[in-house]
Amino acid sequence: MTVIKANDLNLTFETNDGPVHALSGVNLSIDKGDFVSFIGPSGCGKTTFLRCIAGLETPSSGEIFVNGMTPDEARRARAYGYVFQAAGLYPWRTIGGNIRLPLEIMGFSKDEMAERVKRVLDLVDLSGFDKKYPWQLSGGMQQRASIARALAFDADILLMDEPFGALDEIVRDHLNEQLLQLWARTEKTVGFVTHSIPEAVYLSTKIVVMSPRPGRITDVIESPLPEERPLSIRDSAEFIDIANRVRDGLRAGHGDV
Amino acid sequence: MVCARGMGMYRSILPILTVISVIMAVWVIAVVPMNIHLTADQAQRDGIAVTPDTPIARRNVSGISLVVQNPHLIPLTYVNTRPNLPSPHQVGGELFASIIDQKITSKRSLVYHGWVTLAPTLLGFAIGTGLGIMLAVGIVYSRVMDKSVMPWAIVSQTIPILALAPMIIVVLGAAGIQGVLPKALIAAYLSFFPVVVGMVKGLRSPDHMQLDLLRTYNAGASQGFWKLRLPSSAPYLFASLKIGISASLIGTIVAELPTGAKAGFGARMLVGDQYGQPILSWAALFAAAITAAALVGIIALIERGALRKMGMMSA
Repeated sequence: MTVIKANDLNLTFETNDGPVHALSGVNLSIDKGDFVSFIGPSGCGKTTFLRCIAGLETPSSGEIFVNGMTPDEARRARAYGYVFQAAGLYPWRTIGGNIRLPLEIMGFSKDEMAERVKRVLDLVDLSGFDKKYPWQLSGGMQQRASIARALAFDADILLMDEPFGALDEIVRDHLNEQLLQLWARTEKTVGFVTHSIPEAVYLSTKIVVMSPRPGRITDVIESPLPEERPLSIRDSAEFIDIANRVRDGLRAGHGDV
Repeated sequence: MVCARGMGMYRSILPILTVISVIMAVWVIAVVPMNIHLTADQAQRDGIAVTPDTPIARRNVSGISLVVQNPHLIPLTYVNTRPNLPSPHQVGGELFASIIDQKITSKRSLVYHGWVTLAPTLLGFAIGTGLGIMLAVGIVYSRVMDKSVMPWAIVSQTIPILALAPMIIVVLGAAGIQGVLPKALIAAYLSFFPVVVGMVKGLRSPDHMQLDLLRTYNAGASQGFWKLRLPSSAPYLFASLKIGISASLIGTIVAELPTGAKAGFGARMLVGDQYGQPILSWAALFAAAITAAALVGIIALIERGALRKMGMMSA
């Protein structure tokens, strides 16, 4: 079943230096339960595309549907949870309070909120941290809390914009592993922006390779890797093959370099 | 931890003490040449030998050279009853006499005058803060108010309050409004401005990401205000309140100066001036400064507690 569908999507930003073609002729469909990574150099439109799905940007032309609705309708229907590059937790709220933020806004009952906070904290392996303040947590833990916040209201789409970009490699590996387990348990559809090739290959069922000026899709790779993926899978021949194909796609997009 | 905090206190107190001792030294030294002419006149009347020996001749001599010619008069410069510059112990003595030795209901008690000034200061501060926050909310949420109110708020602060205060008092007096309120309004006039400026900046301090996050929840404008913008503005608000409370006190004192007020720090300073009692003026001045420092200190304490509780200041 198709959850997200883009048909000939274009987005042009008017700037002082003239128009910038952030997205040009983007066609893509994402099925329920897919883990889709968007990879490409800066300026390729991967974040812009994610923001279009979220209804945070409005395309100049073309169509995009999320759960059969326009992105803006989907946003109003709270169809997705969004995780930004920075955790962006409110320093004046506890971890529990931060996770309650969307629930308060959406009008959940007190008992329901308490139950959900506990459940998503368990999911991201932060049980017992609900009374702590953000500054008492490491960067990796803060980002996990922000993922819990995005999961709290049970949207079946999770959009993540370079969520681990600011973290060091060791923490990142660990969180990638946890994210895969979480995805397997929750069966959510995930859109994941990254510029790390190993991260994209390790996580995804589908890798969308993009290139800049104008921002467009140059390759879509369906991953043949099994669902069960230990970190050691990154040394397998299959993994290296896909990584090479992604690298070729990125290079082709950079024909002028 | 305790040790570190103790070190911190020590580090912050030492520079303050240094500055205070430099000021005291300059003050003590300045008393002598500032008062020497007065002292020489009085000494001559009391039969003490002075060079030069006529007041007219002395007028043509600078304070410093008069001191050099009459070193035996130096101790007397510290004990004039009507000095040009009172000495520290005279001001301290007057402060002590008018705060500790008087009943606080007495017209000569600085505590009484302090309360007369403090009441409109606090009322004006409350009015100014409330008005400032409301204007800031309007400016942040309405483009029209942003374009129209802000320039006038700035213009309002360019008018000398000394010229405006008597007009406001007279106009309100003609309308039958007297007592605490006119002074409070002048205090509010000075204290709303820093609150507007700080709160506009504070309410606009959440970054794009935080605003986008709320959009992904489809949050309404009022939810954005109460849950994000208002708490984010707390550090800016406290910085403004510290400026606002001292501006408020200055506003009240200025309101007391030109209007023949019978009580308050401002009236006390004026009485000292008019009746040739500079020590009174200086004591009132110091009492006002101590009051201002205490008010700012109280807000700083509340700020520390609040921001620490909000996780916006490391514990």
